[in-house]
Amino acid sequence: MKSIINSKGQVKISRRRMRKKKKLSRSFGGDAVILVFLLVCGAFTVLPLIYTVVNAFKPLNELFLFPPRFFVRHPTLDNFTTMMQLAGSMWVPFQRYLFNSLFITIVGTVVYVLIASLAAYPLAKHKFPGGMLYFQIIVSAILFRPEVTGITQYIIISKLGMINTYFAILLPVFAGSFGVFLMRQFMVTFPDDSIEAAKIDGAGEYRIFWSIVMPAVKPGWLTLIIFTFQGLWNTTGVSYIYNENMKVLPTVLGQIATAGIARAGAGSAVALFLMIPPIVIFVISQSSVIETMSHTGLK
Amino acid sequence: MKGGTELEPTIHEINSNKIIFKKKSLLTIIKKNSASYIMLAPYTILFVIFIVIPVLSAVVLSFTYFNMLQVPKFIGFQNYIRLFIDDDIFLIAVRNTLIFAVITGPVGYILSFVFAWFINEFRPKIRAILTLIFYAPSLAGNVYFIWLYIFSGDSYGFINGRLMSIGLLKDPIKWLTDPKYNFTVVVIVMLWLSMGAGFLAFVAGLQSINKDLYEAAAIDGLRNRWQELYYITLPQMVPQLLFGAVMSISAAFAVGAQSQALTGFPSTDYSTHTILLHMLDYGTIRFEMGYASAIAVILFAIMLISWQVVNNLLKKISND
Repeated sequence: MKSIINSKGQVKISRRRMRKKKKLSRSFGGDAVILVFLLVCGAFTVLPLIYTVVNAFKPLNELFLFPPRFFVRHPTLDNFTTMMQLAGSMWVPFQRYLFNSLFITIVGTVVYVLIASLAAYPLAKHKFPGGMLYFQIIVSAILFRPEVTGITQYIIISKLGMINTYFAILLPVFAGSFGVFLMRQFMVTFPDDSIEAAKIDGAGEYRIFWSIVMPAVKPGWLTLIIFTFQGLWNTTGVSYIYNENMKVLPTVLGQIATAGIARAGAGSAVALFLMIPPIVIFVISQSSVIETMSHTGLK
Repeated sequence: MKGGTELEPTIHEINSNKIIFKKKSLLTIIKKNSASYIMLAPYTILFVIFIVIPVLSAVVLSFTYFNMLQVPKFIGFQNYIRLFIDDDIFLIAVRNTLIFAVITGPVGYILSFVFAWFINEFRPKIRAILTLIFYAPSLAGNVYFIWLYIFSGDSYGFINGRLMSIGLLKDPIKWLTDPKYNFTVVVIVMLWLSMGAGFLAFVAGLQSINKDLYEAAAIDGLRNRWQELYYITLPQMVPQLLFGAVMSISAAFAVGAQSQALTGFPSTDYSTHTILLHMLDYGTIRFEMGYASAIAVILFAIMLISWQVVNNLLKKISND
């Protein structure tokens, strides 16, 4: 290969070589094949969801056609009214379930993001005894999902008298380590110089945290808001909440949906209702999420 | 770099030039770093109460008989012995869980990476759409029950209906209740759900690799895509690979809810029973908390061991 170091010892790449060295063997044909492959797999991924959306608008006579048809001919909103009727017919009106879900989701998200960010800041920027060890424990704790700690967690929640309250769902979520991990990884990339400058100007730690670091790590907590929102919105709280008044939307809607295929219409309406909020929020903030996720590496 | 205790030289004997180091007392350390500890406090309290204590008490309770009404009674290793010798269903559950774990875990992990790698080829707009498409099942969350309508065991299920109308099938197949098929159905749904946070991390990580590295490698004589992948992409991605691994392991061994929703609890002949479901069975239905705790401890152990193994493996790639 012709040397690219010229007589002055500089690395010079001729224009022709620049154009040639673009990328390794990236042919248009190859890219097209990959795109087709991805679209086929993507179809497998997305078709069930589309099928659900379509089903939600099918009138009863189209739902149980044989052979089954994919698309809908005469869309109707009947299934949604059925869904609300069914949900509302169990002692408690539909709005109550909706309120429970919204309350838990919104309050839970806000509080968790605050607590997790507050804990993540010292782990990211302060040096103190036990810091590294604490962080290792946090990372390992990601393994211990609520599902697997559920049994003994139930005992504690019950002994604390929190069964049938919002706390039963919220507090274990606040103890989750994923948020702390995410925020810490993102905060680590915040330049120390800005913090030093603020300290010289006399700012206290809390001031630095709130006014300087947090605005800068917005993609981080935005992503955490999305993940937490999605988790809380979809949580059913099955083992902890038995009181009809306190039940959340997914639990109730899940009961409708798993009642079998006879309820396919209402069940699809349920699924549509449940999946819209997380998807919409993700679409809006996708770039922030991707940016945050690039920092989640474990060293 | 460890956050160890700081040593402060205290000159005790000036004339003999000997400096004796004296450890700072615990109180001074706490006072000096008080802001750090206070900021950590709210989260730590919750973490200890709802994660540390449950995990530790699971270990303790696993050696007892506890039914929530009476005081726990210490019974030594009886629970564990019963699990491995006497409990056939547990062994079925272990087998199922391991198979699910291998599929949701490594297979899902590799698929996530492969798809992320392919998606990375394209322009940002197309990338965003493809990412959304693949992440959508995880986003939708609890709606995996829609597969019930596709795989429903009567002729109204989408698959049954289609196959019967083409003539491939005479009678509807009971996908969800027939032990021959329902395992595969759960596997399909788990794969469908496997593009999660790890997938996002891969997409993000691939974008953030320094492009100059590729160009430098091209100059150095790298010939094809596979070499590029092995020598440059993977080593640069090790942090994201580790993160994806944690998420995968965590999801793989916690398979339970989906199996329950799709094939019932218990499933026919326990064909899709998992360790998690077994634990829920004894914990929330039979209220044998000691036994359920023993199952939980075994699950923790399996997850921690897997994580150590994967961690060491991936660290080796970064050192190559």
